[in-house]
Amino acid sequence: MDQVIIVSFVLSVMTASTPLLLAATGELVTEKSGVLNLGVEGMMLVGAIVGFATTVHTGSSLLGVLAALLAGMAMSLIFAILTLTFLANQVATGLALTIFGTGLSALVGASYVGTAVEALPRVLFGQDALVYLALVTLFVVAWFLRRSHRGLVLRAIGDSHDAAHAIGYPVILIRYLATLFGGAMCGLAGAYMSLAYATSWAENMTAGRGWIAVALVVFATWRPIWLLVGAYLFGGIMYGSLAIQAAGAINLFGYPLVVPSQLVSALPYLATIVVLVVISRDRARIRLNAPACLGRPFHAAG
Amino acid sequence: MKRRTFNTLLGAGLLAGTAPMIIGRAAAADPLGIGFVYVGPVEDFGWTHAHDVGRKAVEAELGNQVKTTFVESVKEGPDSERVIAELASKGNKLIFTTSFGYMNPTIKVAQRFPDVKFEHCTGYKRAENVSTYNIRFYEGRYVQGVIAGRLSKSGIVGYIGSVPIPEVVMGMNAFIIGMRTVNPKARMKIVWVNAWYDPGKEGDSAKALIDQGADIIAQHTDSGAPLQVAQQRGVLGFGQASDMSALAPKAQLTASVDFWNPYYIQRAKDVIAGTWKSQDVWGGFDSGMLVMAPYANMPDDVAKAGKAAEEGIREGKIVIFKGPIKDQSGAEKVPAGTELDDGAIASMNWLAEGIDGQIPS
Repeated sequence: MDQVIIVSFVLSVMTASTPLLLAATGELVTEKSGVLNLGVEGMMLVGAIVGFATTVHTGSSLLGVLAALLAGMAMSLIFAILTLTFLANQVATGLALTIFGTGLSALVGASYVGTAVEALPRVLFGQDALVYLALVTLFVVAWFLRRSHRGLVLRAIGDSHDAAHAIGYPVILIRYLATLFGGAMCGLAGAYMSLAYATSWAENMTAGRGWIAVALVVFATWRPIWLLVGAYLFGGIMYGSLAIQAAGAINLFGYPLVVPSQLVSALPYLATIVVLVVISRDRARIRLNAPACLGRPFHAAG
Repeated sequence: MKRRTFNTLLGAGLLAGTAPMIIGRAAAADPLGIGFVYVGPVEDFGWTHAHDVGRKAVEAELGNQVKTTFVESVKEGPDSERVIAELASKGNKLIFTTSFGYMNPTIKVAQRFPDVKFEHCTGYKRAENVSTYNIRFYEGRYVQGVIAGRLSKSGIVGYIGSVPIPEVVMGMNAFIIGMRTVNPKARMKIVWVNAWYDPGKEGDSAKALIDQGADIIAQHTDSGAPLQVAQQRGVLGFGQASDMSALAPKAQLTASVDFWNPYYIQRAKDVIAGTWKSQDVWGGFDSGMLVMAPYANMPDDVAKAGKAAEEGIREGKIVIFKGPIKDQSGAEKVPAGTELDDGAIASMNWLAEGIDGQIPS
């Protein structure tokens, strides 16, 4: 491989990883507060179409990105009201949110199929601002959860909402905020798909990336830095699997190594399973990092 | 053969169960009811969109002699059987089922409704009241190959394959055969994305192929993403199924466009006249079912060469799968002077000389 190909490979991997990283960072914060929102895919799709439509109508990709962020928040607000205020089942509501988002985005997006927009402007090393925003946000989140007082409160609520409530922390309010943050990040991830990755709208264009983001959070055992490793690993596998095919057969000590493309396509999912099996062997580590109240409704007694 | 494996873990599967929606039209005096079953949404800008253009053409041509109904986003398999049967029981006398996976359901329903005529797209099972029809897309690929051969400086074309079925394989072979008539040293690099539709993956495939030296991108997947990447990287490419020039005006050279209109109008007329018979149609340029989008981004002499190839195929002067054709290993696959028959084309499972990469087994 010459230098140009390596640089191009790295840049392409960053592009493929960014939507995963954005969505997974949001979901991580949501889950750390004890809320399991499986609506990531739906929120991403709504963010993608709202960001795209706004950009088409205003000509401003900045407004598009902001609109996507708000759209993601609006979706997560629906989820928060249903699960936090009305105590609906989180898993079922999250799934419903994904189905709703898929349908809603297809309906709104019908008239935008076949329209193109300018890709987000490049700011540094041929990458757009969202790529760097994703990285910065991740580090801020890592610092927030580990080093800040408010981060500690959020984790406390995720681990034992009853105890946090007894001390006097506003469990429901903080869970609302964490869920809204997750929605905003998913909206951004969607905007990245439609404004930077594909620069067009197509029905169901996230093609399962929201679910990979949910899996990534578990993959990273709820630790932000491992989220970064996971997102880039997945992005690398997703792009690398295509690059390997384009390069033709790989030579392994003089023998051509033929990798079936179906296997290559399945690699990201196989990697998830392998990692989940490996980390499951170390139960202590999962218990240490998994929010103990994940998915459990909180109802303040009295 | 268009099996849309929308690559969603769960969302799409659940959605597809809820999305199909029957849209009826006001009835006129005893019009012929015609039903269409679509695998994707009508706005997919590709496969299903082209069929719906055909449906509208039938309405425009035959006015209140017909009443058309369509059901979109119908999953292949058992679900589709229910939808097809429902269309048949609601008085539609002609039903078009437009995806490969509707083959067995169509045959089953046809047995229950002997007085209804069925038309199954891309399949091979027929009956007294079931016809099959398809387009020779590979003829368009050959023309694209001729154009690519003239324009490619590196002599390398990048080809994005969807799923490894003969339909896709014959397109790759026709392309490289056409390209090698101009540049005998031309090579094709391929990437299989194992999906019909995933804009992210398709765009990434285009990037990977361009990194490997391809300066022309061709695709057998449905989104415009590869063309958009081509435009961003300053290379050229071909649209798929419909004219995608709006997405990449500086990159699209032309596109093979599915044009079902003449076929749908003819078959509706046949039913009205009582002359409908079960048949197997595989139409190419000569049938008017396959047309090339306007040629762009190329010098006049290249456009002329492309037009000449179209004309040659239409008149039968160019036979694409005519020997000598070698396979990847250099072994002679089709002896000189021999022409492959339709059966051999329709079951093609080998790659021609000049293609790097394999058909996944």
